[in-house]
Amino acid sequence: MTVLRETKQSIRRFAKNQFLFEELVKRDFRQRYKRTTLGMAWSVLSPLLTLLILKVVFTQIFGRNTPHFTIYMFAGVIVMSFYKEATKKGMTSLLANASIITKINLPKYMFILSRNVSAFVNFLLTIGLFLIFCIFDHIQFGWHFLLLIFPIACELVMNIGIGMILSVWNIFFRDTEYLYDVFLTLLNYVSAIFYTVDRFGAKMQSIFLLNPVYVIIKYFRMITIDGIIPSLQYHALMIFYALFFLLFGLHMYKKYNHQFIYYI
Amino acid sequence: MAVIECKDVTIKYITGDLKAIGLKEYVMRRLTGTYNVKEFYADKDITFSLEKGDMLGIVGSNGAGKSTLLKAITGIMLPGKGSIKTDGNIAALLELASGFDNDMTVKENAYLRGAMLGYTREFMDSKYEEIIHFAELENFEEYLFKQLSSGMKSRLAFSIACLVNPDILILDEVLSVGDGAFRKKSGARMKEILSGGVTGILVSHSVSQVRELCNKILWLDHGNQILFTDDPETACDAYEEFLITKKLPKNEQDIHELAERFKIRQQLEKEEKMKTEAQKLESILEKGTKDSAIQAAMNIILKNCPEMLDEPYRSQGDAS
Repeated sequence: MTVLRETKQSIRRFAKNQFLFEELVKRDFRQRYKRTTLGMAWSVLSPLLTLLILKVVFTQIFGRNTPHFTIYMFAGVIVMSFYKEATKKGMTSLLANASIITKINLPKYMFILSRNVSAFVNFLLTIGLFLIFCIFDHIQFGWHFLLLIFPIACELVMNIGIGMILSVWNIFFRDTEYLYDVFLTLLNYVSAIFYTVDRFGAKMQSIFLLNPVYVIIKYFRMITIDGIIPSLQYHALMIFYALFFLLFGLHMYKKYNHQFIYYI
Repeated sequence: MAVIECKDVTIKYITGDLKAIGLKEYVMRRLTGTYNVKEFYADKDITFSLEKGDMLGIVGSNGAGKSTLLKAITGIMLPGKGSIKTDGNIAALLELASGFDNDMTVKENAYLRGAMLGYTREFMDSKYEEIIHFAELENFEEYLFKQLSSGMKSRLAFSIACLVNPDILILDEVLSVGDGAFRKKSGARMKEILSGGVTGILVSHSVSQVRELCNKILWLDHGNQILFTDDPETACDAYEEFLITKKLPKNEQDIHELAERFKIRQQLEKEEKMKTEAQKLESILEKGTKDSAIQAAMNIILKNCPEMLDEPYRSQGDAS
């Protein structure tokens, strides 16, 4: 009952802040695209170029013969770049608005949420591109494609949570940004974006599942390339990751929310 | 019921290494044992309460904890100890010109700021024209914010923040926004809000402004509450005497003494001033041509103390 009441209260509070949320999202979009026509196109072009480079390097030079290797890589690239963008933007959102936070009493998590929205919309654009590529690559479409909503939602929730954790850390330790960049490079290599995990043993392959980004990438590949629906346990694992990071993020935010101001 | 009630409000700041050293440095210093932070009290056991319609002036030198206390009242900071209760919506006019987005237009920035201040979209829609008009930015609505002058920016910030009718109004050195004409207008707007039964808090370094507007005074010094009183006359006198002599009062007796001394000082200054003026006048009279000097002296005497003169001269004065 109390949980229900609390959620109701949070929703009401959120509705009160809806105007702020909308205006912040608008601002993030404006900052992102800077009122240029190429701005919007660039956000689609950029993953496309990355993909092109990867494709040339890994199919022409290394001569890979995994079936649908372009799609295989593409799934990795878009999921990874959404993760990177959303968490990095979430991380810097509080510090970037320091001049406002110290002057006006407003719900600070709005800054994190609004930045996630703009990254999310961008992700949806690249998903569209991804599906077009699927057509070109003769992927068998079916109703099971609708299930892609699930990993998309999980990643969104997870990104918000991680963004919250990082934004708190970033206020207390300003070099979090640089350390996180190092971490992202590492993550990029252990997420099997441009290689397959077949060559590893079964034990090693399950270790990969400890990486939530990889889990999401794999879901995309299972649906599109293999045409199979992952097991229930697999879904449960994804829900676990998403909720774990969200709750952890909320906890951090709630705990340190009122201390930020001493550090900015 | 009190509109604002502060009880034993204590706010502690942490200074020293913790700020902006980064995780790597933090770990290093922890390992080598050179990590150290100091705590200092920005505000210590501040207690006061305001009723509806009160206007509180907070005085104190730099670093007294005035701005921190305002931040606590607006809810930006939470006090480490004690409690703050406020009743009604608060409009805080802190230094607000920062925090705008340079790459957005004036209109977009206005809406964003309105949203941040907790207004609704409907409210902004209905007030937008008025805001632009008040800020005198009618021809600049579609300009990018970075193209505005800094005066325009603060005018916009002020207009958005003050076009509500709040229950509690907080002013931190903001009555000096824009050029002379705008200052007059903003001052008038402030008085308009204040006359509507609003409860206000004013932080100002101008004691005469505090005297003019406030009916209660809170005096802070290095985070300590020196005085909270509803006798602004005595408090301001004492404070001004303190500004000159830098001697902090320890109790109520001291304050009255300070105020007393300030009055004496003022009296002395007044006499001193009159004396120098008289001297100046004398030298003018001596140096001027004889006739005109005598005429001027006669005029002054006639005006100020006609009883000194005999009857015929008095009537002569009337005739001229």
